[in-house]
Amino acid sequence: MNRFGFFILFIIIIFSSKKLYSKNIKVCSTCEFKSLEMAIESSCNYDSIIVEKGIYKEFNIIISKPLTIFGKGTPTIDGNYRGEIFEITSENVTIEGFNIINVGESFKNDNAAIRIKNSKNVTIKNNFFENIFFGIYLEKSSFCKIYNNSVTGKATEELYSGNGIHLWHCKNILIENNIIKNVRDGIYLEFSNQCNVINNISQNNLRYGLHFMFSNDDTYRKNNFQNNGSGVAVMFSRNIEMLDNVFQENWGSASYGLLIKEINDSKITNNVFLKNTLGVNMEGSNRISFKGNDFIKNGWAIRVRGASYSNSIVKNNFINNTFDISYNGNINKNLLHKNYWSKYNGYDINKDGIGDLPHRPVSLFSYVVNKSPGAILLIRSLFALILDFSERAYPIFTPTYLIDNEPSINKSE
Amino acid sequence: MIKILSYCFYDITRGYWISIYLSFYLFLGFGLLFLNNDISSAIITLMNIVIYLVPFISLIFGLTYYYSSREFTELLLVQPLKRKTIVLGQFLGVSICLSLSLVFGLSIPFFLVGAYNIENIFDLFVLIVLGCFLTFIFTSISYIISIMNDNKIRGLGYSILIWLFLSVIYDGFLMSFLIYFEQYPLEKISLAFVLLNPIDLARTLMILNLDISALLGYTGALYKIYFGTFNGIIVSSIILFIWLLAPVILMLRIFKKKDF
Repeated sequence: MNRFGFFILFIIIIFSSKKLYSKNIKVCSTCEFKSLEMAIESSCNYDSIIVEKGIYKEFNIIISKPLTIFGKGTPTIDGNYRGEIFEITSENVTIEGFNIINVGESFKNDNAAIRIKNSKNVTIKNNFFENIFFGIYLEKSSFCKIYNNSVTGKATEELYSGNGIHLWHCKNILIENNIIKNVRDGIYLEFSNQCNVINNISQNNLRYGLHFMFSNDDTYRKNNFQNNGSGVAVMFSRNIEMLDNVFQENWGSASYGLLIKEINDSKITNNVFLKNTLGVNMEGSNRISFKGNDFIKNGWAIRVRGASYSNSIVKNNFINNTFDISYNGNINKNLLHKNYWSKYNGYDINKDGIGDLPHRPVSLFSYVVNKSPGAILLIRSLFALILDFSERAYPIFTPTYLIDNEPSINKSE
Repeated sequence: MIKILSYCFYDITRGYWISIYLSFYLFLGFGLLFLNNDISSAIITLMNIVIYLVPFISLIFGLTYYYSSREFTELLLVQPLKRKTIVLGQFLGVSICLSLSLVFGLSIPFFLVGAYNIENIFDLFVLIVLGCFLTFIFTSISYIISIMNDNKIRGLGYSILIWLFLSVIYDGFLMSFLIYFEQYPLEKISLAFVLLNPIDLARTLMILNLDISALLGYTGALYKIYFGTFNGIIVSSIILFIWLLAPVILMLRIFKKKDF
């Protein structure tokens, strides 16, 4: 026998051995097992449970052994508002293809549609969650994958609602391709490190689209945060990478695209901030690099509050914002360099793509508004316009150190 | 009165200044809508122009019309006509002419270009109504000035001064007031300040209708609550009407007592 034959034999042995030791258990209204709970009880480790199409009224299903639970034709698990639906306490569990609805509200237990507790290698994919309190709740787990799910809540008030995907003390979690709507926080990470949040859509959430607390070394990219109370809040964390996200239409009297508070050493690259009341609100944050972001039509593009040191804002595009930058206090080694400003009215005689005159992004009116917020009442008034014009011609009040010495003439890609 | 009004109306529409005024708005409207693919920001730009330009043009136009038709007014005074009807007819003729060119000049480009939705139409409607109010208010002010001053240069000076005061200097005082007393709760006082100046009132009413009102944020929440509720709308329209009526009544009284 040649090598190829051995290979085929090997494959056959592997597959047949799996067939030998793990069995498929069917659940349907006419099968031996009519409920998922019964099927799980009589299953062995590494069995597959296939649930046929139908409605199953079950709750508090505890999965304490490694199983693959597969819904054929998206069967519905209806919790009847009585408690949690799945609780996974074992490693290597997969839940796929279900429509999970009606999770009971509880303020003592934070009821979730799927709770993953002290576990590893759990995969939750291709599920629909509706009328949930908390969606997927991971506690002290690691190496889990959550993808292609759709989570829709019914949140109306912040106090009485839960989060879409909630991580607490987790590590190495992948959250990909999910759609999360109408919950309190779309995705919430607390004490969770090395997590990846990729390509999700989080919209119409009451509070934040994505919320970090005390979580380090995480990456989120290619997500879309639209029309949330605020887009993303990153607080008390470090080494967060934010790439290629879109923050849009987080519009209201107290809305942010991105709220950064007490975070260090992070990168904000190639994001788009479109039509937010406040594009980025930064407070007590150090060594953050903004690069290649587009700030378009925001009320304020970037607002820097106190105690922010050594941040760099390089090669970003500031296009048609009402105020580009608003600043409290000193410049604190923060750097503005080679950005494109749609408000720049200098010239470029030697055609090297860099404006020959430096640009001051803080207008006098925005400076005044920063000092006494009541003056915002005069927005769009002729007086404010004249004020800005005269200050630009002959700067006296606006901070001289806040300056982009080499403003770009063309939008950077 | 209707006869004087219609005569005045035809007299103005035959002149070329009013067609310049109309074509300016047409040009502006078309230009903004073609250059700007975002209708709501076009409306914001229009607002900036309309709120400040309308008072200025009304003042100057009212003034020049009164001075140029002075002999005709004297001729009418010889006739057995009430003084009230003469001045009211002329005033209404001027302000209706100006308002009509504003209405057509702003609405024709919008409906011809056609890229609009209900919200934009409502914004435009509010803008036009506020513009008409400002036209009437400032035409009557210009009449007061021109009746009181036979000297044309002095009349022109006063009206430019009034325009400058209400559109720029007043806001400057308001801003320094807000900065100086920033420690105090100023919302209600500044609200009163806004109500006292027709240009500020029109600007605030317009901004609260547009989506940049979100920028007012926490500090502006009171204005939003005030102007957004039914009571607020009633109160601010009453004040607009007072602004409309008070100068007219003053104008009638001055004209009655004037010795020609």
